[in-house]
Amino acid sequence: MLELNVNGTIHQVDVEDDTPLLWVLREQLGLSGTKFGCGIAACGACTVHVDGQAVRSCSFPAAAAGGRSITTIEGLSPDRSHPVQQAWIQEQVPQCGYCQSGMIMAAAALLKERPAPSEAEIDAAMTNLCRCGTYARVRRAIHRAAATGPGR
Amino acid sequence: MRPLVVAAFMAWGPALAGQTTDSAAARRQEGVQAFGRMSAVLLHPRCLNCHTNGDHPTQGDDRHPHLFRVVRGGDNLGAVGMRCSTCHQTANTPASGVPGASGWGLAPLSMGWEGRTPRALCEQLKNPQGNGGRDLVALAQHLATDARVAWSWSPGAGRAPVNTPKDAFLAAVRLWVERGAPCPE
Repeated sequence: MLELNVNGTIHQVDVEDDTPLLWVLREQLGLSGTKFGCGIAACGACTVHVDGQAVRSCSFPAAAAGGRSITTIEGLSPDRSHPVQQAWIQEQVPQCGYCQSGMIMAAAALLKERPAPSEAEIDAAMTNLCRCGTYARVRRAIHRAAATGPGR
Repeated sequence: MRPLVVAAFMAWGPALAGQTTDSAAARRQEGVQAFGRMSAVLLHPRCLNCHTNGDHPTQGDDRHPHLFRVVRGGDNLGAVGMRCSTCHQTANTPASGVPGASGWGLAPLSMGWEGRTPRALCEQLKNPQGNGGRDLVALAQHLATDARVAWSWSPGAGRAPVNTPKDAFLAAVRLWVERGAPCPE
């Protein structure tokens, strides 16, 4: 059995060590806010935080998450009050929405380390793909979150 | 007796000196040949992809730019918020096909060797300012034990290992160091 700390709750899960964390989150724990996109760590739809760092959970073996703190979109805030979530609503970022939980988690990880990121820092950090092309709104929302977030 | 000894030395001396010269040349040649076997590995795209001279890693045997504008970052481990470890873990991930090894990241800029000739690479490898501050023993140790170097021979499904066997590469490294680390002309 593997012990995982997900969103502050300890779970015991029975999975192979190399099972991707994404499948544990979605299928074992029912946390379906984290999405499967490409399965090769390229699109970012599966982004979660492990010890505060953004990771692509489709490419992260469950065993490597043992003893570490995992945060999913469901745990980013208890009431959608995280500055990034609020900025996403204010800027009406999502279109279809499929990639957006990964986008939000990537943006939150960036802003945690860089409360007021430059354009270049946003470009370097935000490599998530959006088939609806919401990139311009994502950028605006990150700047909005930077202006209103806990880093201010 | 002394004149005889001197005469004997004079007779044998040139022969001995010639033998020593031949031996030194042979040893140097062995070292140079060993470096040739080393450089065939070190100049392989597998190594060059992370020993780049610029701000980006490259990917694949064709050395295309790493997808998604991945950047070096200030500590050679990626951008803030988009670390190498965002995707690359401490081992290959079979489910996604993403390669991994402990410490995954770029070599420091000072250790980039894109575009080097074998000779230039050789000189760089012997220079602590171009090899991460290592003497020859530490350099050989790095090549023998670094997880990222070792990954070159275990790159995961869909990637061919470097075409020189690891044991043969490390034997060449040892021989090159033993022979005084000579560089090709």
